[in-house]
Amino acid sequence: MKYIEEFQDPELARRLLDDIHATVTRPWALMEVCGGQTHTIIRHGIDQLLPDQVELIHGPGCPVCVTPLEVIDKALEIASRPDVIFCSFGDMLRVPGSGRDLFQVRSEGGDVRVVYSPLDALRIARQNPAREVVFFGIGFETTAPPNAMTVHQAKKLGIPNFSLLVSHVRVPPAIEAIMTSPSCRVQAFLAAGHVCSVMGMAEYPELAARHRVPIVVTGFEPLDILEGVRRAVRQLERGEHTVDNAYARAVRPEGNPAALAMLEDVFEVTDRAWRGIGVIPDSGWRLSARYRDYDAEHRFSVTDIATQEPAECRSGEVLQGLIKPHECEAFGTTCTPRTPLGATMVSSEGACAAYYLYRRLDLAPAARTAPLEASPVV
Amino acid sequence: MCLAVPGRVLDIGEKDGTRMATVDFGGVVKEVCLEYLPDLQVGEYAIVHVGFALQRLDEESARQTLELFAQLGMLQEEFGDPWERAATEAGVADWPFADDIAEQPQHAGDARDAGDAVQEAQQQ
Repeated sequence: MKYIEEFQDPELARRLLDDIHATVTRPWALMEVCGGQTHTIIRHGIDQLLPDQVELIHGPGCPVCVTPLEVIDKALEIASRPDVIFCSFGDMLRVPGSGRDLFQVRSEGGDVRVVYSPLDALRIARQNPAREVVFFGIGFETTAPPNAMTVHQAKKLGIPNFSLLVSHVRVPPAIEAIMTSPSCRVQAFLAAGHVCSVMGMAEYPELAARHRVPIVVTGFEPLDILEGVRRAVRQLERGEHTVDNAYARAVRPEGNPAALAMLEDVFEVTDRAWRGIGVIPDSGWRLSARYRDYDAEHRFSVTDIATQEPAECRSGEVLQGLIKPHECEAFGTTCTPRTPLGATMVSSEGACAAYYLYRRLDLAPAARTAPLEASPVV
Repeated sequence: MCLAVPGRVLDIGEKDGTRMATVDFGGVVKEVCLEYLPDLQVGEYAIVHVGFALQRLDEESARQTLELFAQLGMLQEEFGDPWERAATEAGVADWPFADDIAEQPQHAGDARDAGDAVQEAQQQ
């Protein structure tokens, strides 16, 4: 337990760990859905503190990582246009498209701007009425409501030069896809806490019952993860499969009703491709008919871009929990944060980045012999 | 981006018919939309994601989380200069656009009345 002193409350951490160790009698595989949770786990060595029988599998919950290559290519195409101001969150800057990234587009003269909030992009649109302003709308159920509100505001205020490049994804269909995969080993889920802050927990009981899988809504601080694991393992050992809220301080069962109403108004459910995974039915949102005028894909005629993903990047398998990052031949060799093959290495929430950043290379025979950069930054 | 950070509401105003607030995230002050938590009051804490308050949080939980995020450097990750970070990651020594990066966050310690920020925002 070499890391436990770093916990915010080491004594409580020790009690939770003792309880988990005392409860486990058989091997169990738990998937943490959220990329933030993955980083907490690797950063604090939580997977190493747990009993050997408890395996944590990293899930697809990093919005940057799951954005398909073809959407990145669409973004790069739009951002390169001289009449466009392309606005994005900062963590999309270095996600590789087919040939380059947004950072390079900017260095080549494209007007790419980083915003903190989608409302900042709308403000830029009002200040630049002669230019087209496009916001890169990626993310899960936590990010979709802010983007929905921004499109709603654009329509309400009559701002014609604003549009959204939409690539929003939803967690429950991803859980469904993972559970129905023939190679699935997941026996319990730690659900993403902030997604549930918005969506509530209504979508989960049916999933838990049908797949007989415990789903524990979990935060992403170290103690939250331990508590989520503790509750999941207790259910598994008892043969239960219910939905449990271990993040009650931030998650109400009903979620955020105002955000849910706005989502329903602005978006409609659609099939979505996930990077490295492929199309998952009903797993995303697109703009609903009444907001279709704000769809950047149509406005800039990039709907036909359909890029094939490179075979050497195994991020799709990482995202589905089929392999660990260090099991990829490219990890730490041809793929590093400086020269990423896929988004899981470049995103600050990506599983590959977490393994690289926190030097879990003791687990990676291929990477152990590779030259390491002095201070990888993620 | 997925990170949602707890913050304390300093002041509330209206802008373009939208309820907005200035929110303090452990020293960094940002403008935040309250449309999804319309009854949030000055002094209360909420989880904020990409400029939107999404759920209330009690003060003790919020303080603990902020303290932890500060220790782990996650506030810097969320509010720091993304161009500088991208340039470092790309191995580019001198990013040529250092002067026109995204708007830098204000700091609560600047001793500015938070209400000024809302007023300014309203005037824009």
